[in-house]
Amino acid sequence: METYILQIFNGISVSSILILAALGLAITFGLMKVINMAHGEFIMIGAYVTYLVQNLFIAHLDKSIFGLYFVVAIPVSFIVAGLLGFILEGTVIRHLYNRPLDSILATWGVSLVLQQLARSIFGAPNVDVKSPGWLEGGLVISQGLQLPYKRLFIIVLVMACIVGMFLLLYKSNTGRRIRAVMQNREMAESMGINTRRVDAYTFAVGSGLAGIAGCALTLLGSIGSTLGTNYIVDTFMVVVLGGVGTLVGTVAGGLLIGTANTTLEFFTNTSLGKVLVFILIISFLQWRPKGLFNISSRSLDE
Amino acid sequence: MFQVRDSRFGVRSLVKSKEKFVFVLIIVVLALAPLFISDFRVNLLGKFIAYAILAIGLDLIWGYTGILSLGHGVYFGLGAYCMAMYLKLEAAHGKLPDFMSWSGLERLPWFWRPFSQGFFALAMAMLIPTLLAFFIGFLTFKNRIRGVYFSILSQALSIIFVVLFVGQQAYTGGTNGLTNYKSILGFSLSNASTKLFLYYISIALLVLAFGFCSFLVKQRIGRILVAIRDGENRVRFSGYNPTTYKIFVYCLSAALAGLAGAIYVPQVGIISPAEMGIVPSIEMIIWVAIGGRGTLIGAVIGAILVNALKSGISESFPDVWSYFIGFAFIVIVLFMPNGIVGLVKNIAGRFGWIKSKGGGRYGFDIAN
Repeated sequence: METYILQIFNGISVSSILILAALGLAITFGLMKVINMAHGEFIMIGAYVTYLVQNLFIAHLDKSIFGLYFVVAIPVSFIVAGLLGFILEGTVIRHLYNRPLDSILATWGVSLVLQQLARSIFGAPNVDVKSPGWLEGGLVISQGLQLPYKRLFIIVLVMACIVGMFLLLYKSNTGRRIRAVMQNREMAESMGINTRRVDAYTFAVGSGLAGIAGCALTLLGSIGSTLGTNYIVDTFMVVVLGGVGTLVGTVAGGLLIGTANTTLEFFTNTSLGKVLVFILIISFLQWRPKGLFNISSRSLDE
Repeated sequence: MFQVRDSRFGVRSLVKSKEKFVFVLIIVVLALAPLFISDFRVNLLGKFIAYAILAIGLDLIWGYTGILSLGHGVYFGLGAYCMAMYLKLEAAHGKLPDFMSWSGLERLPWFWRPFSQGFFALAMAMLIPTLLAFFIGFLTFKNRIRGVYFSILSQALSIIFVVLFVGQQAYTGGTNGLTNYKSILGFSLSNASTKLFLYYISIALLVLAFGFCSFLVKQRIGRILVAIRDGENRVRFSGYNPTTYKIFVYCLSAALAGLAGAIYVPQVGIISPAEMGIVPSIEMIIWVAIGGRGTLIGAVIGAILVNALKSGISESFPDVWSYFIGFAFIVIVLFMPNGIVGLVKNIAGRFGWIKSKGGGRYGFDIAN
C-alpha cells in the first residue's frame, strides 16, 4: 500500500515540474504559433541563476540566513529568465510568427548557442546546489511512508504558479488582451490592442515560468548545460496531449503524462515505460487529434 | 519547385539542367577524389555520401512536401543496425556475438538469426524503416495530425528509440552499439581495396537515389507534393487525398534513410544509439536547410559541405562547432530560407544569367 501511495506521489511530483515547464510553452504556441525549442534552456538558466544566488549567499552573507537563499532565488530566476526571453522575442522570435516549422529550427539553434554558452561560463561538469536546511527531511505519514519536503514544496510552488497564471489570464486586463489575440489576432488589432507588446510580455512570462521550473529542479539533482534537453520532449508531449492555449489542458496533460510515466516505469522498466507512454499518446491522438482541450475555431487552416 | 509558374517559359528546364550539370560535376569530383586524398579522407567522404543519400529523402518530405520530421535518425539507425547485425554475425563466425555473452544470453535471439544472410540484412535495412514509417505515417497523417504536432511526435519517436536501444542491452549492444566488424561478404573490411569498393558503391547508390528522386519530382506526384506543402486543403478539395501521398513520401524517405544507414555502417565501423537521437536527427535538417530545401541538389551539397566543415572545425575547435551550427540554424532560417542554392540563384538572377528569382518568397505558406 505504502509503495503505491509513494508512486502516486512521485507521479504528481514529476507532473508538477512538467506542468510548470509546459505552461509557458502552451501559451506562447497558442498565441504566436511559435514553437520555442529553447524553452528547455530557460529551465537551465533558472537553475544556474539559483546556483549563482546560492554562491552569493555563501560568499557575502552570514551563514544563519543561508536557508533564505532559495526564497530569493525563485523571483530572481523568474526575472532573469523572463528578461532573456524578452530579448529573444525581440531579436529572433518576432521574425518567425506563423512559421511554426521554421521556428523549431531557429530556436533549436538558439538552444545550441545557449548550451554552449553555459558550458563556456560554468564549465562542462555538472554543479550542485545545496538545498536549504528547512527542506531537508520529510513528512512522515506512517511507518515506511515519508513524503520528502522538497517534493511537497515543489508541488505547492507549482500550484501557486498555476493560480497566478489563472489570475493573470482570466481575471486581469492583460489576460483579456492575451486571450483576445489568441482567438483572433487581426480582430484584436483592429480593436486597438498592441499585439506586439502582448506577444513580448507573454513570451517573457512564459520564459520566466521555465526559469522557476529550473529553480525547482535544483532541489532534485545536480545541474548541467543539458538540463533543459532532458525535459523538453516530455514538455512538448504535454502540450500536444493537453491541447494548445488552455491552462486546464496543460495541467491535465502534465498530470496524465507524469503519472503515466512513473506508473508504467514502476510496473515494467524505464525503457519499456517510455515506449508505452508514447504508444498511449499516439493512440489517444487517434481519438482526439487536437488534444484534450483546445480553443475551438471555425477556421480550417488555423 | 518555386519555378513552377515559370515552366511555360522554359526557365525551369534551364535551371533543372543546370542542377543536373552540378550533380554530374559533384559525382565526377567524388569519383576522382581517391586519386588525390588520403585513405582516411576517402573514408570520411564515403560517410558524407551516405548522409547525402539520407538528405535527399529528407528533402523530399521537408523541402517538397513541407513535413518536418525530427526523427529521421531513427530510420537511419534502423537501417544501420540491420546491416550491423549481419556484420556482427559474420565477425562472430557462427558463435554468439561478444556483447551477448557479456549480457548473459546463451542462444542467439530468433530475430537475429536470418540476419546472417547479407542480402536479407540489406533488404531489411530498407524494409524495416519503411514499415515503421508506414505505421507512424498512417496513424498520424490519417488523422490530419500535421505541422508542428507531427514534428513533436517524430522527435518523441527518436527519443524512445534511443531509450529502447540503450535499455535492451542484450539484444542491441546498449550504449556502445555494435562495433568490431571483420568482413563483409567474405572481404576483409580493413583491406584498402574493400574500402574503395564500398566507397564507389555508395557513389553509385547516391546517383541512383538522386536519379530516382529527380525523376519522381518531375512527375505529377512531384507537383502534388509541392501543392500539399503550399496548401494542403486546396489539394484535398481538388479531389486528391493528401494522406496517401504523404504516407508514400514519408515511407520513401525512410527507405532512403535506411539505405544510407546500411552503407554507412561498413564504412564507419560502428553504430550506436547516439546516432539515432534528437541531436543528430535535427542536424540532418540543417544539412538540407543550408544546401537549399526544395532542390535535390541542395540536399546533396548541404550534406557533404556541412559534414566536411564539421569534421574540419570540430577536429581543431570542438567548442566553436556548437556555436557555428547554432548560429547557422538561426541565420539560415531568418535570412536565407533557400540556402546556398537559393543564394546562387539569386546572384545569378541579379546578373541576368538566369531569369528566375527564386529566393526570398519561400517559407510563409508552409505554416501548419
